[in-house]
Amino acid sequence: MPVEILMPALSPTMEEGTLSKWLKNEGDKVTSGDVIAEIETDKATMEVEAVDEGVIGKILVAAGTENVKVNTAIAVLLQDGESADAAAPKADAPKADAETPAATADNTGGKAREAAAETPVAAKVPAAPKVDVAADPDIPAGTEMVPTTVREALRDAMAEEMRRDPDVFVMGEEVAEYQGAYKITQGLLQEFGDRRVVDTPITEHGFAGVGVGAAMAGLKPIVEFMTFNFAMQAIDQIINSAAKTLYMSGGQMGAPIVFRGPNGAAARVGAQHSQDYAAWYSQIPGLKVIQPYTAADAKGLLKAAIRDPNPIIFLENEILYGQTFDVPKLDDFVLPIGKARVHRKGSDVTIVSWGIGMTYVVKALAELEKDGIDAEVIDLRTIRPMDLPTVVESVKKTGRLVTVEEGYPQSSVGDFIANRVQQEAFDYLDAPVITIAGKDVPMPYAANLEKLALPNVGEVVQAVKAVCYK
Amino acid sequence: MTLTANSHLAELYRTMRRIRTFEERVGELFVRGQSAGSMLHLSIGEESSAAGVCAEMKPQDSFTTHHRGHGIFLARGADPKRMMAEIGGKESGYCHGKGGSMHIADMALGHLGANAIVGGGIPAVVGAGLSSKYLKQDSVSVAFFGDGAMQQGILYESMNMAALWGLPVLFVCINNQYGMGTRIDQATRNTAFDQRARAFGLNGVVVNGLDVEEVRDAARWLIDEARAGKPGFLSVEVYRFFGHARMDKSPYRAEAEETEGRKKDPVLFARAKLIESGLESEAALDALDREIAAEMDATIDFTVESQAPALSSMFRDVYAVGEPEPESVRARIDRVLAREIV
Repeated sequence: MPVEILMPALSPTMEEGTLSKWLKNEGDKVTSGDVIAEIETDKATMEVEAVDEGVIGKILVAAGTENVKVNTAIAVLLQDGESADAAAPKADAPKADAETPAATADNTGGKAREAAAETPVAAKVPAAPKVDVAADPDIPAGTEMVPTTVREALRDAMAEEMRRDPDVFVMGEEVAEYQGAYKITQGLLQEFGDRRVVDTPITEHGFAGVGVGAAMAGLKPIVEFMTFNFAMQAIDQIINSAAKTLYMSGGQMGAPIVFRGPNGAAARVGAQHSQDYAAWYSQIPGLKVIQPYTAADAKGLLKAAIRDPNPIIFLENEILYGQTFDVPKLDDFVLPIGKARVHRKGSDVTIVSWGIGMTYVVKALAELEKDGIDAEVIDLRTIRPMDLPTVVESVKKTGRLVTVEEGYPQSSVGDFIANRVQQEAFDYLDAPVITIAGKDVPMPYAANLEKLALPNVGEVVQAVKAVCYK
Repeated sequence: MTLTANSHLAELYRTMRRIRTFEERVGELFVRGQSAGSMLHLSIGEESSAAGVCAEMKPQDSFTTHHRGHGIFLARGADPKRMMAEIGGKESGYCHGKGGSMHIADMALGHLGANAIVGGGIPAVVGAGLSSKYLKQDSVSVAFFGDGAMQQGILYESMNMAALWGLPVLFVCINNQYGMGTRIDQATRNTAFDQRARAFGLNGVVVNGLDVEEVRDAARWLIDEARAGKPGFLSVEVYRFFGHARMDKSPYRAEAEETEGRKKDPVLFARAKLIESGLESEAALDALDREIAAEMDATIDFTVESQAPALSSMFRDVYAVGEPEPESVRARIDRVLAREIV
């Protein structure tokens, strides 16, 4: 039987990649373990190894093809005596199975390795299909929109601000030569050089403090944490130095600095890499906390954050990086920090979310519409300072509120919103406020438990129906 | 009185005497009914470190200190009146009463802040050094900290980056033998701290803090080297004459040890050296001491006469610009109870 060689998944979050190079040609004999091709993803370059002996019968996906879905047959391996014709390629590539991508990777012998040596600078990062979002009143009507991934939007924001202000520089682990652990700083080293794109050792507490000192001394650092989970090492510098200096010095000197990086759970990386810190940082006077969902917000708010004279916590999300949204084509697109965006107007219930939480809400909307529930969705975008007036005004209209976030449930951002709403709009509420959060456990590793630990669309639908008494 | 014009030692003595007298006056704030915090950390016995290093810094150089940093700031040219007023929590203080003894800062003098987290102020000087190199400024940044910080990881993260990037940075450990109540040999096996710095690729020097001129000479070489791109480390060996903070009577150390330790007095040592060498007369130094005493007495009067910060200043300077002040608790309660429309 001819064996199909499938596009492997490097990580559970990988949906597609680029087949960059074939190392074997049709007709070549291979043995188990031979590297037959190279693929590139948003994170790394990966070798595809043969798992069986045989002859490469037919190459189904040409070198250089982008956006090859995981589990697509990329070649056929012939056993002794088989012909290439016998191995008819399937018309449709098998669909990616979200539950078992890791197993697929194992089957094909895919092996991750460091991308630094292999990933060309211009390597295009695959993107997920575009998500449509309601028009933002901060964007002039008629503006041309360009489909852009969150990843590209963040990179563009940094590049534009670095072109605009010579004091802006970016530092962190793997931001330069490696082009960013998640390829957010792709191309910046080539454009701005190693003076302004600074690779640091793995020393989060240290380089966060170095950033604070550079900010005090007059520069505008962007400090990338490979993930905010690692910023736990640096939290003394973020809070005791960055956030408090302006106040302690009686207004003499502050720290205009942006701490940014992916925050919260990705997929299957376990408890130490899967925590959402929005509620933690939102408690600190002196910090501003931004957690965007769309690419447009990521760009407009990151540009605003870099210009802001205060220390900013900019919480991104690995799963959102590859998602595509419309971004306005404007020379200088800067959004206001501290202003929520009404994602969808509605009259029956207010749903408040932000960042990755919005993905559950957006999916729930379709189901709620079927049930005749007209939900108003508010994307907070900034957690601190929080645009509570927009939330309160909406609740006064709808009388019902559900909040959605991935963080832990106790002392969550939603708890704060619920408290403020019951104070400010007590007489308007027709139902208790429901706050949806992650479950009260360290993130479990197993896929089924992880899924259970995170909020889900069903919970959002259920909560909305509950507060609507439906 | 006039000091001999070319007497560098006399200037160092003057700096050290001003530090000591200032700190002796700090305790008097309480006597005068001022609400100074109880966390006041005196550097009496350690004045040579501040005076010797700061004498070699240039006006464009910046620094951070630990919680025991009054002396360093004075040696860099601070106004003792505004310092004392800050310690007294007054509006006329350097930080308008919002920082206090442990969080004093002044941009104009390059003071990037006292930091009361042990080791917390150290990485900022690496950042300032990075900034200096980035902006091609000819400035060095100096971190002052105690021997307690020698056991903090952040010091080594900072040293590593300073050496890696060749930054104009000097790390100064004021080794007063005690981290709060724990003697240094009970905190670490190897107290040859210069070895640690050299292991990271820095210049490393240990100097006896009894003689301020030795401190100055070591600092001169290290700062020159740092300015040229090789960061350095200096450990100044001194003895903390008094307890960790105002309320600490040092029950953890023997009286005999304290008596012996207090013999290592850099102020008296410099005074004797000035007289023995014929650079200054005893009478001239007595007159100088009286002049300094009067200057520092005035800091107490200034503080007592200064106003506490206005209550309305509480929410000021949480954010740099454009932040609305949060509403008062009272106003919010009123509004909530009235169920007012937002």
